[in-house]
Amino acid sequence: MVNMIIDGKEVSVDPGMTVLQACEQIGIEIPRFCYHERLSVAGNCRMCLVQMEKSPKPIASCAMPVGEGMTIHTNTPEVEAMRKSVMEFLLLNHPLDCPICDQGGECDLQDQSIAYGIDHSRYQERKRSVTDKHMGPLISTTMTRCIHCTRCVRFATEIAGVPDLGLLGRGENAEITTYLEKALNSELSGNVIDLCPVGALTSKPYAFIARPWELKSIETIDVMDAIGSNIRVDVRGAEVLRVLPILNEDINEEWISDKTRFACDALSYQRLDRPYIRKNGRLKEATWNEAFNTIAATLKKVNGPDIAALAGDLADCESMIALKMLIQNLGSENIDCRQDCARLDPTVRSSYLFNSALAGIDQTDAILLIGCNPRWEAAVLNARIRKRYLESGIPIGVIGEKSDLNYEIMHLGDDVNVLHDILAKKGRFSKILRSASRPMIIIGQGALARGDGHAILGLTRKITELYKIVDNNRGWNGFNMLHTAASRVGGLDLGFVPGPNCRDTEAILDGASQGSIKLVYLLGADEINMERLGNAFVIYQGHHGDTGANRADVILPGAAYTEKNATYVNTEGRVQRAYQAVFPPGEAKEDWRIIRALSEIIGKKLEFDSLAQVRAALVEANPNFLNVGTMSPAAWNKFGIDGEITDMTLSSHIKNFYMTDPISRASITMANCSKAFANNHFEKITNNG
Amino acid sequence: MNDDSKQEPANFEFTREFLKTAQSHIKKYPKNRQSSAVMPLLDLAQRQNGGWIPKPAINYVANLLGMPSIRVLEVATFYTMYNLEPIGQFHVQVCTNLPCWLRGSNDVLNSCKKCLGIETGETTDDNLFTLSEVECLGACVNAPMMQINDNYYEDLTSETTENILFNLREGADVKTGSQIGRNSCEPINGLTSLQHMKSNLIVEDG
Ligand code: SF4
Ligand code: FES
Ligand code: FES
Repeated sequence: MVNMIIDGKEVSVDPGMTVLQACEQIGIEIPRFCYHERLSVAGNCRMCLVQMEKSPKPIASCAMPVGEGMTIHTNTPEVEAMRKSVMEFLLLNHPLDCPICDQGGECDLQDQSIAYGIDHSRYQERKRSVTDKHMGPLISTTMTRCIHCTRCVRFATEIAGVPDLGLLGRGENAEITTYLEKALNSELSGNVIDLCPVGALTSKPYAFIARPWELKSIETIDVMDAIGSNIRVDVRGAEVLRVLPILNEDINEEWISDKTRFACDALSYQRLDRPYIRKNGRLKEATWNEAFNTIAATLKKVNGPDIAALAGDLADCESMIALKMLIQNLGSENIDCRQDCARLDPTVRSSYLFNSALAGIDQTDAILLIGCNPRWEAAVLNARIRKRYLESGIPIGVIGEKSDLNYEIMHLGDDVNVLHDILAKKGRFSKILRSASRPMIIIGQGALARGDGHAILGLTRKITELYKIVDNNRGWNGFNMLHTAASRVGGLDLGFVPGPNCRDTEAILDGASQGSIKLVYLLGADEINMERLGNAFVIYQGHHGDTGANRADVILPGAAYTEKNATYVNTEGRVQRAYQAVFPPGEAKEDWRIIRALSEIIGKKLEFDSLAQVRAALVEANPNFLNVGTMSPAAWNKFGIDGEITDMTLSSHIKNFYMTDPISRASITMANCSKAFANNHFEKITNNG
Repeated sequence: MNDDSKQEPANFEFTREFLKTAQSHIKKYPKNRQSSAVMPLLDLAQRQNGGWIPKPAINYVANLLGMPSIRVLEVATFYTMYNLEPIGQFHVQVCTNLPCWLRGSNDVLNSCKKCLGIETGETTDDNLFTLSEVECLGACVNAPMMQINDNYYEDLTSETTENILFNLREGADVKTGSQIGRNSCEPINGLTSLQHMKSNLIVEDG
């Protein structure tokens, strides 16, 4: 520990800390613009100046490491004067256009000029002007406001791994720009908006929409991937206006992907806001009672075993447990939450979890990626891998298609033979796995959503055991399933899977196309081939008019993730709650209530009337639902099978990062992104079971 | 600028000779630190390309050093000695900082303008001269001065300035360094101190 004196107080801090961090530790806030905990130190804004005894000049506290016996002053008149001078310099060329600036009200420069600004300018010269830069469909730029803190440059270079942003020129002529003015090609680009301390980089879709003081903020979680990023939803009236990240070190640190941030415009488009019934081939508006009665009438003509239900990627746990119980009451267990037919094993929990936790990436010393593309499937997780890679240069092997993940990879091949080799202790990566002390496998749905998925899963388990990737003695489990559907782990945990000898997704679709399945209940399931539903009577419950609603015979309008109090389980098996930010539009209702209401009308009444009772049912189905916010470790067991494996190539099942679910497909912003980035990397179309 | 041959080339590549020099620069730095060689390499690229660095050369240097193009562009735009636009065969850089100004740099600059018929920042129609105003070049002791390509011309007057430019245009020999016969940066009337060591001093011209 290093002992020092700050403002007359004796403190002892970790060596390696900076003076700014030491001050923070004892609750003294130092104003800053360029410093950011997660970025390298630049020391270029000078706002953090403090006095150090025995130093003739003030020091930049963000860049000065603590030293034994240092004496620091942060509250002297001199420091105050320095801050005022720095502020004056920063404002020399600043346009002072706060009234027309979107950052107004949440701007560091604005806030700090309240404290340290002077009320007039002594600058007589002409202010410089800077042409605005093109940074793609998400980021709007007003470069005269830039104070050259280079946070955006450091974010792009260090975190996002797309070194396209830079500071060109010098002094008066310095400008931030992207190389050759191309859009910032990163799935995390929106984070520069949060990082920019002024209004130079702001959100394009949110431009001139609202002022921060008009907004109500609700802290909830994201469902655009299976990471469960913690977010803040800002609403005004009945409309969700924007989504921002909130800090959760275990999950998203403080980043979110562009899909999480920008797909929210879709919450106002293509919404199913009232029930519909198909009459003479066309969907007609209906009342809830008409819709329920139509379903009840149809159910009378259908036998239990001819009924099936599929849960989509955004379904919440409450609605899944309700639907599961309803279908069971109707005498069927043809239910499945794996609409992509991924061969996941619901009986062994550790087989479908990201067992090491996302934070486990910070400790691993070798990663093997199988059939997944973390950059598209979980952009925030990919940033974590990159962070680890930059820190320790760990080897990262890829089995699957070769793509740019923003860190160096060893491409081992694109088919399963590589796995056989590794199991036979052959090849360069075998050696790496053997010598690693905390190796990790990340396997994606692309490896499982295929006929031989069970066998691939079995093979991967054997590798995991052979190389001690799971080691109970040391409490390390590096077998990591990467899901892309927010509903998936919850669905598996609560058992939204076929009962014994009942039909899974594949068999349900087969049955429907052959006519033996007569009624299919789609709970937001849109990613299946609707043609294979044949002549079945289709109930679609969901929030967006996507493929499922198109095919439906009855539509029951549900709530999107920002409109309900709901439970989701992320890919780690962490139970998290989403909170209602706005009401569902029109006549749409919270999903479990719809199922509860329907159950009564068809005479199979479910025994719960409140959210608490539904959640009790969840806990009964799986006690893990009690542990909200934490991960419950899952015991290792045998899973997967020994079987024939085809030599079909392995690849991620995501073809377009910006459009993966009914919400992002309805988003205009996401459509613009797909267009803008289409030529970059979404051409490789992949197989999908 | 008005000569088509001076427009941005589609490709850039070091000639064998330049590549050899480049490699010797790269070798000076430890593995994974090759990007330290970015400045000498940009200078080489500028020399090979007639005094300015085109975009393809930026990319080429970036590739050679395994660094992102934007990082190379940052360096190239930071230093005024890299020219990112086509430039005349002779780059006339007149120092107008305080010592030179006190000693008459205005005359020098005006003579250049008059003699070349251009303003600062411009290039003559025949593509021979580009005129720039620069900050102190570290030869204040022989002020006023200007730099043309790799050479310094010091102790200038309007007349000597015009002479130099005239001779360059004609392709005639030009005397570099002090124009008044001063030895290096000695006092004008010869040494005033260390006289007893004079015989030991190695005195070089210019
Ligand atoms: S654009 Fe914003 S984040 Fe980037 S350097 Fe300028 S002020 Fe900083
Ligand atoms: S915060 Fe220290 S120099 Fe910017
Ligand atoms: S001032 Fe002209 S060379 Fe220094």
